[in-house]
Amino acid sequence: MKQVEILVVGGGPAGLCAAINAAQAGAKVLVLERNEDLGGQLIKQTHMFFGSEKQHASVRGIDIASILFNKIYELGNIEIYKNATVLAIYDDGIVSAEINGRYMKIKPERIIVSTGASEKTLAFPNNDLPGIYGAGAVQTLMNVHGVKPGDNVLMVGAGNIGLIVSYQLMQAGVNVKAILDAAPEIGGYLVHASKVRRMGVPIYTGYTVKEAYGKDYLEKATIVKLNDKWEPIEGTEKDFDVDVLCISVGLSPLGELLWQAGCEMRYVGQLGGFVPVRTENLETTVEGIFVAGDVCGVEEATSAMVEGYLAGLTAADSLGYEIKDFEERKQDYLEQLQSLRSGHVGDKIRAGLDQVTIKSEAAVV
Amino acid sequence: MLERTGVPTAEQIDSVFPSEDRLAKGPVAVIECYQNIPCNPCYTACKRNAIKKFEDINDLPNINHDDCNGCGLCIANCPGLAIMVVDATYSQEEVLIKIPYEFIPLPEEGQVVKGLDREGQYVCNVKVIKILDSKALDRTPIVSIAVPREYMKVVRNFGI
Repeated sequence: MKQVEILVVGGGPAGLCAAINAAQAGAKVLVLERNEDLGGQLIKQTHMFFGSEKQHASVRGIDIASILFNKIYELGNIEIYKNATVLAIYDDGIVSAEINGRYMKIKPERIIVSTGASEKTLAFPNNDLPGIYGAGAVQTLMNVHGVKPGDNVLMVGAGNIGLIVSYQLMQAGVNVKAILDAAPEIGGYLVHASKVRRMGVPIYTGYTVKEAYGKDYLEKATIVKLNDKWEPIEGTEKDFDVDVLCISVGLSPLGELLWQAGCEMRYVGQLGGFVPVRTENLETTVEGIFVAGDVCGVEEATSAMVEGYLAGLTAADSLGYEIKDFEERKQDYLEQLQSLRSGHVGDKIRAGLDQVTIKSEAAVV
Repeated sequence: MLERTGVPTAEQIDSVFPSEDRLAKGPVAVIECYQNIPCNPCYTACKRNAIKKFEDINDLPNINHDDCNGCGLCIANCPGLAIMVVDATYSQEEVLIKIPYEFIPLPEEGQVVKGLDREGQYVCNVKVIKILDSKALDRTPIVSIAVPREYMKVVRNFGI
């Protein structure tokens, strides 16, 4: 059995930042990452990030990943296992994992769960045809493996991911025929929308996919306009000859380990699904289990990184490590999160967080 | 309109454009940022303090066009690629528009390309005057195009 002080489950933006802060405080950290690469979605993000300098604004996601990797390698006390899937968190605090085909048991003193989120899908006839992908798969093919996913794409979803992946597809020389979204308005940042729009890609708000067609693979898709009750309006169909349908209709937190560990979970639509009840320190209702990133509410990667830093700091503090300026640093992270969420685009997030955040006694006073 | 289609209205474009007087004085940044999102690199990029400090990171950029000399430092720092520099003193018939362009191949200087509007529709031919692609721009090249004066507020992109 492997003994560690802090186990971080998931090496995406939140997990890496958590590991960095916990290790800087002096804790021995183990990061388990399911994939063969660290960095989560960051390594697929070729666009510049928003936010402020503290969150590396105007640096490309893939370069932010390098910044974090470098910090990790500078710190000596972070051990990383890739191709490592955590299987269970047991009542006695033992964690089991499968690492490169081997079964392993770990006894951590604290756990930070930063497993991220998975893509939601959309139900329509023939949605299992080859050529119908999630946006994450398209980004992985294109930006990790250098494989062109197809020639003509219809993008479903005008949130930030749908808009950004459309732009990346065009940069890769792929024809994006249109972007559609069932919502009446564009969900992503309008600057992203304007970027793809001035490349000549139409955006159809208030439309959904009616049906996909094809013999061995996707050849055509039909979309249809929705009325204000979200019902299809007959006669408004549009056909697109496409070999790729890219589905980007939101994410759902990957909270299975938290469920299993007995953390109190609540369904919060604004945060993408079931998320853990947590304190301001990002500790769940099970003592010693912390959370950060999309698993505790789907947001932008900038917020995930700040949450990671916060959880790493508070988890190390809870182990008794003497952290210089602990209160100030904690307040700084809380203020960064508050400012990232304070605008109109953060309305939903704030409303969601209100339902699952246990206010600390200090905050009540 | 913008919220449904991604295309700003003529009124929105007018609202962020510098005055005729300011345009007549030389190059100046035009910031087409119409939505409150948490983002402030334009302010941190501006060395002349023409883009004012953000009270809240979700504020819209507040630029004093009189303090801006059109240096263009903000262009490649804007994650939304929402900034261009317009030089209305370029020539009698044409204005010079400097826009970020993240596609390959880059055009050649002197090449005539298709000027596109904010919907990506062809407007007129435009000539590529200069291409900046230094390391400091971090893979967001800035392309200067000469645009017929009457299309100053219409052309915002080009296609090869």
